[in-house]
Amino acid sequence: MIHILKILFRNTFRHKLRTGLTVLGICIAVLAFGLLRTVITTWYMGVEASSANRLWTRNAISLMFSLPIAYQEKIRQVEGVKFVSHASWFGGIYIDEKNFFAQFAVEPATYMEAYSEYYIPPEQKAALLRDRKGAVAGRKLAARYGWKIGDVITLKGTIYPGTWEFVLRAISRGTRRDADETVFSFHWDYLNETLKKTAPARADQVGAFIVVVKNPDTAADVASRIDKMFKNSLAETLTETEKAFVLGFISMSQAIITVIQLVSFAVIAIILAVVANTMSMTARERRSEHATLKTLGFGGFRIATLIFGESLVITMAGCALGIALTFPVAQVFGKVMGQYFPSFNVTGETIWLDFITSILVGLLAAVIPTWQAIRMPVAEGLRRIG
Amino acid sequence: MGDTDPIVQLRNVSKSYHRGNLVVPVLNNITFEIANGEFLALMGPSGSGKSTLLNLIAGIDKVDSGSVEIGGIDITVMSETDLAHWRAANVGFIFQFYNLMPVLTAYENVELPLTLTGISRRQRREHVELALKVVNLSHRMDHYPGQLSGGEQQRVAIARAVVTDPTILVADEPTGDLDRQSAEEIMDLIDGLNRQLRKTIIMVTHDPRAAKKAHVIRHLDKGVLDDTHPQDTL
Ligand SMILES: Nc1ncnc2c1ncn2[C@@H]1O[C@H](COP(=O)(O)OP(=O)(O)OP(=O)(O)O)[C@@H](O)[C@H]1O
Ligand SMILES: [Mg+2]
Repeated sequence: MIHILKILFRNTFRHKLRTGLTVLGICIAVLAFGLLRTVITTWYMGVEASSANRLWTRNAISLMFSLPIAYQEKIRQVEGVKFVSHASWFGGIYIDEKNFFAQFAVEPATYMEAYSEYYIPPEQKAALLRDRKGAVAGRKLAARYGWKIGDVITLKGTIYPGTWEFVLRAISRGTRRDADETVFSFHWDYLNETLKKTAPARADQVGAFIVVVKNPDTAADVASRIDKMFKNSLAETLTETEKAFVLGFISMSQAIITVIQLVSFAVIAIILAVVANTMSMTARERRSEHATLKTLGFGGFRIATLIFGESLVITMAGCALGIALTFPVAQVFGKVMGQYFPSFNVTGETIWLDFITSILVGLLAAVIPTWQAIRMPVAEGLRRIG
Repeated sequence: MGDTDPIVQLRNVSKSYHRGNLVVPVLNNITFEIANGEFLALMGPSGSGKSTLLNLIAGIDKVDSGSVEIGGIDITVMSETDLAHWRAANVGFIFQFYNLMPVLTAYENVELPLTLTGISRRQRREHVELALKVVNLSHRMDHYPGQLSGGEQQRVAIARAVVTDPTILVADEPTGDLDRQSAEEIMDLIDGLNRQLRKTIIMVTHDPRAAKKAHVIRHLDKGVLDDTHPQDTL
């Protein structure tokens, strides 16, 4: 068997250019597949990170409509509710429109409590609560724009017209690997007081309430109790778990995700065709060699080892190169696209998928050439054709 | 089995090929035998079925009807796997175009059939070195086929054919691709295998010089054998 392996390895490097190009093709396919998979997993990471004891109450009509702040006190009194915070999408522009990041007007004290998986040093926390114009930024976001504590950050409002000035009082750090460290939050009070003067009709409104329940198991009951309470009121509510809420966000992009998924399957199909083509070319060229081996008494198993082995050596070489490249490329990708992807990390699962898919491609590509080589009558294979 | 018993015995062997709907008869009811230690040359016009007959004797093609017995064993009833094992142990092959593995050195090519037997690495080494010495190529054993001349490649192929000490040697136009000088060397080698090692040899050839070395020449024409002896052709 060791001799078969020797022939197999030397065969692999007989056509250096062809083998090289095939390996390169697989490498690029693995890289593309890995990056596409990472886009998808990153997309769903928000769902994984969402907590089971947080409910989101929003306007039943759509996310675009707000709710009166007065609801906060009413929701607090619902059975099973621990406390209630709120958040409103601000959507301001930082210097230039291309500098996108999420901005929320929140009630800092309750908000920080609801999102206890983010850590803020106590003195920064105190400073944030003291300053009405104070704001908190995620660590990655602050790093991206080189913000330091005490910096004044100016946002141009789009939903809320005007120029808004904030002082960075705190930088938060996620204590979990999948934490989103690109969010900017500030006092809703500051926003509301200004609105009272400039646009009173829009004052005392919030985007959504964040309801922390005492026991995650009762979350569904609590949600229906809240919605029942506001039934037939001016602003009916829709309460769902944070997971469902985030998924709702994602489902808006579901079509894109589906396309990405389809493309990643297409990549696999194409590379399978490429490797299968290489292997059948190779096997056809070695027809008389396979016939000679069979003449000498080598059986189907050894011939199969020869062809399957070569196919696997080629695909696994490409796969290894592709995986090795995936990490640095993902890092660059994550830096460039950082504003859209809070954390662009290649997961172990993606690497496993790369690996398993490559093995499958290597095996599948060898099936037909092997079958033909084994089935070929020896005398036929020895005949010189053309 | 005594020394006079035939080593190869064909009885009523027929063989035809199918080309689409057309049936091409190649061998027609052939019966003949080859004695142990014989050196037989098979001649005849192109397309007369010489290679087909040789392949049937060597167990790499199947008869339509009739039987082929080698050393008393009917190989026409064997399964594909048994036949492969049988070939490995009993038949040495010499081809017109040498059919060496280009990725293996001369040494490794000769060693190849031995890797199917259970013998130790050290024993293999002894056998291979001896076989290469017989064909006078000990000094080239680390060379690849691409680095050897046609005659030298054929000598490596002969070493590969004899290294397992097979019952019969089959050669299909072993000098067909060689110049006169090399052809002569190869024929001397094959002749030596028959004389000194007492190998039974069946050789297909177009070359009357090559055929002259044989004890018996048989002509195949239109699927029928008629026998002539060397002295008759001269
Ligand atoms: N696999 C095959 N399919 C169809 N016809 C075949 C096949 N193999 C051989 N034949 C035909 O059988 C006949 C005998 O072929 P064979 O190769 O035995 O001839 P040959 O005497 O060895 O000829 P040559 O001297 O040219 O080598 C030829 O007509 C050939 O075309
Ligand atoms: Mg022939």
